[in-house]
Amino acid sequence: MLVSILHRITGGALYVGTLLLAAWLLAAAGPERHFDTVNGIFGSWFGRLVLFGYSWALVNHMLGGIRHLFWDTGGGLEKHTASRLAWAQLGASIVLTILVWIVGYMARGT
Amino acid sequence: MTMASSGKDMRTPLGRVRGLGSAREGTGHFWRQRLTAIANIPLTLFFIGFLISLNGAGYAETRNAISNPFVALVLFLFIISGLIHMRLGMQVIIEDYIHGEGGKLALLVLNTLFTIAIGAAIGFALLKIAFGV
Repeated sequence: MLVSILHRITGGALYVGTLLLAAWLLAAAGPERHFDTVNGIFGSWFGRLVLFGYSWALVNHMLGGIRHLFWDTGGGLEKHTASRLAWAQLGASIVLTILVWIVGYMARGT
Repeated sequence: MTMASSGKDMRTPLGRVRGLGSAREGTGHFWRQRLTAIANIPLTLFFIGFLISLNGAGYAETRNAISNPFVALVLFLFIISGLIHMRLGMQVIIEDYIHGEGGKLALLVLNTLFTIAIGAAIGFALLKIAFGV
């Protein structure tokens, strides 16, 4: 239940989050001071928190989507299998998101 | 020869499913949702990897990375597939929770306009950077 509604909530969050992507790319397309402003906001602790949430929503929604595609084939619909898959999705999304950020920091530092 | 289907509907069963059948658009929504879902998997993985590679990059380096033809093209595909997918998803959410016809219609219009606006903004930005202007 929880993971199911999370799929909608993360989908909705990603929908609104496209505004962040648009802001970032428009800033990069504009003069350097605009880019530095947006980069500064995204790079602040609050910005990073939002981006962390955004990246988790993206990973979680993608894993949920793969689960749904698997269901479309008729597999994994048995009650216990379905709930195990749901919890695995939640756990994997958190682990993978943290991993992505660790790799990100290791790649560049700061 | 008798007509298989009763009434005045002259369309074939296939025509009803493809076009404006009882569900108004047949399997089109379902199919596009899945098609873009599948496309989004590799595109999203690329996008995450691209952002990781850009962590800490400044103005010139970011623009330079985006203006790479391969990167620009894949980002373009990511945006197109992602926007189609999210518009379909939001449409389902609106149809599920908003029951007044007027409010539903207004939100469905806004949903499409938001998608187009975001697509135009991001598309414009990507092209501008890619062509170095």
